[in-house]
Amino acid sequence: MSSIQTTHSTQSLIQLEQLCKSYSLQDVHGQTITTQVLYHINLTIHQGEFVAIMGHSGSGKSTLMNILGCLDTPTSGSYWLSGKNVAALSSNELAQIRNRNIGFVFQGFNLLKRMTALDNVATPLLYAGISRSKSRKQALEFLRHTGLEDFAMHQPNQLSGGQQQRVAISRALINHPSLILADEPTGNLDSQTSNDIMQLFEKLNRDQGITIVLVTHEDDIAAYAKRLIHLKDGHVTIDKNNTEVTALHETF
Amino acid sequence: MNLSAIFGEALRALRQNRLRTGLTMLGMIIGVAAVVLMLSIGQGARTKINETIAAMGSNLLLVVPGATSSGGFSFGSGSVRTLTINDANAIAELSSIRSTAPVTSGTVQLNYAAKNWSTLITGTTPEYFDVGNWAMESGTAFTESEVRSAARVVVLGSITAKSLFGDEEPVGKTVRITNRPFLVVGVLMAKGQSLTGRDQDDNVFVPISTSERQITGNQFPGSIRYMLVQGASAEEMDLAEIEITQLLRQRHRIPNGKDNDFTVRNLTAIADVATDAAKVMSIVLGAIASVSLLVGGIGIMNIMLVSVTERTREIGIRMAIGANQRAILTQFLLEAMMICIMGGLIGLLIGIGGAWLVSQVADMLIVITLGMIGLAFLFSSAVGIFFGFYPAQKAASLKPVDALRYE
Repeated sequence: MSSIQTTHSTQSLIQLEQLCKSYSLQDVHGQTITTQVLYHINLTIHQGEFVAIMGHSGSGKSTLMNILGCLDTPTSGSYWLSGKNVAALSSNELAQIRNRNIGFVFQGFNLLKRMTALDNVATPLLYAGISRSKSRKQALEFLRHTGLEDFAMHQPNQLSGGQQQRVAISRALINHPSLILADEPTGNLDSQTSNDIMQLFEKLNRDQGITIVLVTHEDDIAAYAKRLIHLKDGHVTIDKNNTEVTALHETF
Repeated sequence: MNLSAIFGEALRALRQNRLRTGLTMLGMIIGVAAVVLMLSIGQGARTKINETIAAMGSNLLLVVPGATSSGGFSFGSGSVRTLTINDANAIAELSSIRSTAPVTSGTVQLNYAAKNWSTLITGTTPEYFDVGNWAMESGTAFTESEVRSAARVVVLGSITAKSLFGDEEPVGKTVRITNRPFLVVGVLMAKGQSLTGRDQDDNVFVPISTSERQITGNQFPGSIRYMLVQGASAEEMDLAEIEITQLLRQRHRIPNGKDNDFTVRNLTAIADVATDAAKVMSIVLGAIASVSLLVGGIGIMNIMLVSVTERTREIGIRMAIGANQRAILTQFLLEAMMICIMGGLIGLLIGIGGAWLVSQVADMLIVITLGMIGLAFLFSSAVGIFFGFYPAQKAASLKPVDALRYE
């Protein structure tokens, strides 16, 4: 492990070193209470990996996900993303990384309400400085890939959960990110739709080499990943290759 | 994200909440409309007064016979006749004085053809038209020699001319004044009301000598009702007043310690008071209207704060997909500014419409200047920036993770 901490291999997309996260809250008496959520996490994820982060609620997996997504900052330790020290970046640079390098897929879809599927997918491009007409054209292309072309002008509340998640995935992909972060992406979906969505992730990982980090507490969802990381009370307890599932898939 | 894209996002957000946007805008509309209306009324009053003052003539002093008090009794000025034409001529010689015009007056009956008209008659000298800033519609004023010879010539006020002659040209015609024929030599340009509200255009003017000998008669020959005095310059008005007082006391042989038997009034000073009053009025009106604009601004801030709280999750999503703080700040600021500017424009139109309505209904002069429109526009965008900045700042400074987690 010590060798990992000192060298920053160019292939490693994500490298966490002694990463800690704690929250300070004030209780009703005005006393500050510090809760530590993540303890000295060391983790390396390479380009092209498909990783599932597992754990019970309260294990710190969502916090880890937020830090990986540059939505939150670590209390101590360092996070290298594509060789860049995230702690040293300004909020503008973090916004740019979220825009260009990371695609988010959430449990609750998190589409912008009262906005068409097309505009939802196009919005990251707008924030990247691309014109509205160009963005829409490109967004339509991405919706076509996920089979939602006919629903381009529908608003999120007119779409099924699975369709919404496909829109969200299209949105995550539109800026060609190197990393997709999916936080319980199937949590609100039935099992059939969940399998469809997971197969989509698997395809993206296999065909386009996109790194996927998935947070889930369901074993059958995690089974799609090639690497499993278990978190418990803020510590990494298991980090292994998903041999059985790999083997399972090889039988097909 | 470029500005036009953010503009589009802001516009979309406003459209999504039409009722709220409309109601918020209403505060702005009322504020701007009130400011425009009040400013235009104030400006109208000032313009009206300035016109009247300009028509009156500049650097005017009015000298009327009679003291304000004498031996314990108070007399109205003009109630005794102590001023004469010679006084007027003597005053005209003073260095601080440009010219003087003695005036006698009365009421007469005029006839032309079958028409009758009863009006005021003013006996004076040619200087009167110059001092009083009268312009001729047609013809000329009577001359110095016509005054000396007490010629039967008359200058008509515009209303009198209209009443007697209709569309006919009066100059060269003969009217009868108390049954004596008078040749019309000139017609005056209309001037409107004086500062005191008297119609100045229903009047006829004849040489002072003619008036005294042939029309009104005079109990005390040579005495006049009042004289108009025009000072040489605005700076010397106080000096002129003092010199007139000294000269008249000397001419009237008033011993030291006794009161004047005449009164000198500075008309310019009266005009200044009227101008100041109009100025104060427009400032007060503008200030009152500004309060409603302020209230509208606070309404916008209130709504924007609610909107930021309500859309915390949206802000989080936008940040997650790449919006930086500047993009969020700009969007919310633009939303506030668009409410203000659109409200301002609608308010401006309503204000102009209201001003027109007031001018029609109340018969008031309403003046809308380009500066006023610019001011309303500037003010409403300033309100948008001022009251929109804090909520926008609040939205932009949210931490992405907290905003996303917000329920």
